Amino acid sequence: MDFNLSEEQQLLKDSVDRFVLDGYDFEKRRKHANTDDGFSRDNWKKFAELGWLAVGLPEEYGGFGGPIETMIVMEAIGRGLVTEPYLATVVLGSGLVAEAGTDAQKTEILGAVAEGNCMLAFGYAEPTSRFNLADVTTKAEKKGGGYVLNGHKSVVYGAPSADKIIVSARTSGGVRDRDGISLFIVDNNASGVSRRDYPTADGLRASEVMLENVEVGADAMLGAEGAALPVIEKVVDQGIAALCAEAVGCMEMLKDETNEYLKTRKQFGVPIGKFQVLQHRMVDCFIELEQSRSMTYMVTLKLDEDDTERRKAASSAKAQIGKGGVFIGAQSVQMHGGMGMTDELKISHYYKRLMQIDTMFGNRDWHLKQFAALTQ
Amino acid sequence: MELAFSPAEQAFRAEVRAFLDAELPDDLRDKVRHRRELQREDYLRWQRILHARGWIAGAWPKEHGGCEWSPAERHIFDEECHAADAPPLLPFGLQMVGPVIYTFGRPDQKEFFLPRLLSGEHWWCQGYSEPGSGSDLASLQTAAVRDGDDYIINGQKIWTSLAHHADWIFCLARTQKEGKHQEGISFLLIDMKTPGITVRPLVLMDQGHHVNEVFFENVRVPVANRIGEENKGWTYAKFLLGNERAGIAEVAWNKKLLQRLKEMAADTPASGERLLDDALFSRKVAETEIKLTALEYCNLRILAAMQEGSPPGGEASMLKLLGSEVTQSITELTVEALGYYAAPYEMADQTPGSNWTPVGPEAAEGVMGQHLFMRAITIAGGSSEVQKNIIAKMVLGL
Repeated sequence: MDFNLSEEQQLLKDSVDRFVLDGYDFEKRRKHANTDDGFSRDNWKKFAELGWLAVGLPEEYGGFGGPIETMIVMEAIGRGLVTEPYLATVVLGSGLVAEAGTDAQKTEILGAVAEGNCMLAFGYAEPTSRFNLADVTTKAEKKGGGYVLNGHKSVVYGAPSADKIIVSARTSGGVRDRDGISLFIVDNNASGVSRRDYPTADGLRASEVMLENVEVGADAMLGAEGAALPVIEKVVDQGIAALCAEAVGCMEMLKDETNEYLKTRKQFGVPIGKFQVLQHRMVDCFIELEQSRSMTYMVTLKLDEDDTERRKAASSAKAQIGKGGVFIGAQSVQMHGGMGMTDELKISHYYKRLMQIDTMFGNRDWHLKQFAALTQ
Repeated sequence: MELAFSPAEQAFRAEVRAFLDAELPDDLRDKVRHRRELQREDYLRWQRILHARGWIAGAWPKEHGGCEWSPAERHIFDEECHAADAPPLLPFGLQMVGPVIYTFGRPDQKEFFLPRLLSGEHWWCQGYSEPGSGSDLASLQTAAVRDGDDYIINGQKIWTSLAHHADWIFCLARTQKEGKHQEGISFLLIDMKTPGITVRPLVLMDQGHHVNEVFFENVRVPVANRIGEENKGWTYAKFLLGNERAGIAEVAWNKKLLQRLKEMAADTPASGERLLDDALFSRKVAETEIKLTALEYCNLRILAAMQEGSPPGGEASMLKLLGSEVTQSITELTVEALGYYAAPYEMADQTPGSNWTPVGPEAAEGVMGQHLFMRAITIAGGSSEVQKNIIAKMVLGL
């Protein structure tokens, strides 16, 4: 039992922490977030140079590290409220390719991602699927040697900047069947792909992705036909672990900022942190953060266990992080008073991100239900 | 980062498990499993078995008769004991006054008290709280006035757990009225048979006799029974409160209680399904289990830090706070699971030799009593509000 980082992991942490601290102050972040892309391509190049775009991927394809390294990067991303689409491209996109891809797919895509020359996005949700990953109506029908895709993928984070979008589509079975789902790698500029791009409440970019008679070759299929759901679940659980780490970074930043504010903001002649009602609320935030951090370590270290254990770990961690994140976000706004409401202060931006983190991959109610079903 | 325990720690777990299989008497397991009140002799029997094995004081240094187990080994021992339904070890001697005596006591005090404490010959109780001094412990008024080689004690202690079983009491008493409250307190060891001590039961809402009032009327205590220096008692009292806090989360015990709640809910019919399948009930169980998992990993992180030599600070308060809340959630849900059968309740079923037969399903026994008594754990040992004050001050610097 040991919760220390290895020497290499500590070096990685120092490097991502330094980037966020020195190169990602809130005004810079605001400037990048307000560009057309919503992030900085220069930063993305830097990520590639520093090796961060290969974290958690197999060594034979140029990757290094595993879930702990991903956690380290994602926590820093949370602290800096980094808008570069790391989760979409590296954790989800490359994660899916690494999990299910052929040797040719891995060589081509993982290498290009690591070099910073390819961005990815993962379209799994649909307008009527809510959080059920098996609820897929997008259709993939065989035609010639390939497939024709038709459907609507919703709120695909990172899609506006992605070179390739990985989508789930049904090759057989009924709407919510576990079997019959396949994954396809679709070029973002392929004929029949249209997008409606928009900024999200948490300052990122996403799209509604419409697939209208999109023809792809057989080599666009990722993994075995009709057997994609276990792959999706596994990679989404990796995404949940990464998102938990990001949330911990956000929560820690809010806790530090708010605690500092309680010590400096004066009312009735004293720092407001002298009031017991605020002390106890701050302690509640601290405890939510500690619980969330503990659950993040837990899920990160259990990602390689069998499906049931992994899913239990992911659902329990996600339920805690969803609850704790929104709690700390809302309390931080409250304790900052009117200033907490402003766009100028970073507090509200972290709150908005933590709200989306609660929703992403299923909110706390969804995961409580999953956890209950797995543990009865 | 690694979640697994080391091979040596896993071997230790197997050794503890084998010992419990062989040595823990079935009737004691049965009493714990059925949430029956443990009698004085029940505690002592188990203490003597552990003492014979040399496992009565896991945390203590070997020179004083302990095992010097690492925090991880202590955690493993606790887990296995709870999993086997072993009776708990009471903290008053082993966790509280024992370490004070071997850390601050004179050689003759160590020689006299420690072996008797370990063997169970001396049952200790804790004389801290007073009617006017609860959360504000340092305001205590019980007076110790010097008279030659004795102190004369007058005053009253309250909420004294199991004082009616105790041979000795460790007491905080005021030896100086001037100055700050904390500066005039001394730490005294008092024989409960000394003339002038009266123990009066306080019956709690579960009808149980767990706690007492202890009255001191001109009680003569030799100055030789003082620990350390006069007026420095608050230092020793704080050491005691901060000592051995890792087990405070009660993770292993909570896991056991939760497992039994789920077994009970799986056996309880509810409108043609199992109660455990009821959407609202199962959601509450899931929330509690997730909170317990978060507590478990908070506890492991703090244990790992302790293994490397950093003592828990305000974090111990977090473990106490969360652990007590989890216990209360579980006992509340256990009462809820029983439905109507939470109602039949008679403390008489706890008394040895009573003819009372439990009403309702077997699993109903003792549930209401345990739930009612467990309301105390967010009050005793520093209320949840006091724990939050401690975290605000020590961790957050507010």
